[in-house]
Amino acid sequence: MTSSVKLGNATGAHEAPVNVGQALSRMFDSKPFLWTIASLTLLFGAWEIAGLIPISIAFPTFSSTLVAFAQMVVDGSMVYAYFLTLQPLLLGVAVSAALGISLGIFMGLSRKAEWLIAPVFIVLQAAPMAALVPLVTFVYGIGLTAKTLAVIMLALPVIVLNSYKAVRHVNPSLVDMCRSFQGTRLQQIVKIIIPDASPVMFAGLRLGIAAGFIGVMLAELLITPTGVGDLITYHRSVANYAHMYAAVASIIVVSTVSLAGLQSFEARFLRPEKRKR
Amino acid sequence: MQLSAIPAVQPSAPVTSNDPVVQVRSICKTYGDIEALRNIDLEFSRGKLTTLLGPSGCGKTTLLKIIAGLVPANSGEIRVNGRAVTGPGPERAFVFQDFALMPWATVMRNVAFGLELRGVNAAERKRVATRYIEEVGLAGFEEKYPHELSGGMRQRVGIARAFAVNADVLLLDEPFSAVDEQNRRKFQEDLLRLVDLEKKTFIFVTHSIEEAVYVSDRIVLLSPRPGRISQVIDPKIDRSASPDDIRRDPGYLDTVEEIWDGLRHYVD
Ligand SMILES: Nc1ncnc2c1ncn2[C@@H]1O[C@H](COP(=O)(O)OP(=O)(O)O)[C@@H](O)[C@H]1O
Ligand SMILES: [Mg+2]
Repeated sequence: MTSSVKLGNATGAHEAPVNVGQALSRMFDSKPFLWTIASLTLLFGAWEIAGLIPISIAFPTFSSTLVAFAQMVVDGSMVYAYFLTLQPLLLGVAVSAALGISLGIFMGLSRKAEWLIAPVFIVLQAAPMAALVPLVTFVYGIGLTAKTLAVIMLALPVIVLNSYKAVRHVNPSLVDMCRSFQGTRLQQIVKIIIPDASPVMFAGLRLGIAAGFIGVMLAELLITPTGVGDLITYHRSVANYAHMYAAVASIIVVSTVSLAGLQSFEARFLRPEKRKR
Repeated sequence: MQLSAIPAVQPSAPVTSNDPVVQVRSICKTYGDIEALRNIDLEFSRGKLTTLLGPSGCGKTTLLKIIAGLVPANSGEIRVNGRAVTGPGPERAFVFQDFALMPWATVMRNVAFGLELRGVNAAERKRVATRYIEEVGLAGFEEKYPHELSGGMRQRVGIARAFAVNADVLLLDEPFSAVDEQNRRKFQEDLLRLVDLEKKTFIFVTHSIEEAVYVSDRIVLLSPRPGRISQVIDPKIDRSASPDDIRRDPGYLDTVEEIWDGLRHYVD
């Protein structure tokens, strides 16, 4: 997010030869969110034009997609789909986050745990999980459990490995500092190791949540035709392309908003100095 | 305030003219097959500033961390106030070369961190930390984060944190090495002021000869690997003079020269 803002700034400074441009660029610099809006306007504008040409009969305009979205919200199908999709997603992400961060910290703190657990997750992360998702159906059928497991399978390895790496790379000087003031092992973990590791841990969590979205969509597209995945499949099968795109776009928006929310949670509660940057 | 502090300089323990706070007895240290320290015997007198001086890699940090109880020695013993110690303790506080400040904590929380770990309540922590933040010249920066401070100011936070726990002995590992030359002099003068004000024992590590001679009551010269004591020098300098006069004092210049001569045969 920050990088896109920086990119925007650079371009703005470059393209400000006249006074109006300079004033505009100064206004944009003082309110970074204007860049986000500008970037989105550009994207949706391009989408609208591409839909009007049209580049394919299966490609709707932005405005018709928006209308389709509103229709699905009003008739309740969108709301019900999210009700079904968010359950396994939230459950799976919560389990992966709690289990993944604990395991990661444990591995980071103990060599024995590292030797025992790390290889498993390194293999799991390297494995093409999407291919394994259908296997879950054999064991757990097509209910909530299967979808939740699909989310965990994709989200857990990246969360575990990042948390573990984060703890391993904690600044040793800070740990020495804590010891020199007679901090206990527990104080060391809570007051030094976890906050110092949190940026990398949260990067893992963000990747894990993104992977969780992939997991739940795979499950809904491949094994359990329910929720948002089913909405997409259904509208594709009846050639309601605007509705299909609305469902796809909505899941992208939900995923992006969750990740941004996580980022601001981290800044607020764990690394307050990031807010001031 | 200062007057009443003077009788408290030498607490409880019997006062002798050369009362050692820290005793280092036959310390040896190897890292794998690197021999870092060989047979170090030293005593640090109470209320004095002793400098460990030597070229990079001669084991200064290692010795200081062994005294702090952060690194175990292979053999030998460290005694603080007469008692053998094996780990960190409340009589010693460490100032780190790389500051070791928590980037997520304000100056206030960083300075009070030693007290926080001891379970001191928030009001008392704030009171003590405020005093030392002011003493090191950072009043007004209490709510800033380390990344908002210059290198020199960050080390002031590290020094205030060490003062705040009221240890008898302060261990400073090249505290000014990341500070530029102009600020360095200011720092050395401030350090002398704090030494005078706080009446504590300072063990100071540096690789700068001028810095060592300027600030020290006693200088311990270490030889390169394996670190051994090659010379102990007591600079005779009139500290009541102004900083500029001290740096022009014949005693100061002679001591710098003497140390250069002592080190010359290592430099070849
Ligand atoms: N943790 C360590 N592991 C291995 N070797 C080390 C370690 N710390 C220091 N050394 C080695 O011990 C010697 C002394 O290091 P150090 O005490 O840091 O010296 P100084 O502070 O005087 O520069 C150096 O040769 C250094 O490479
Ligand atoms: Mg060193």
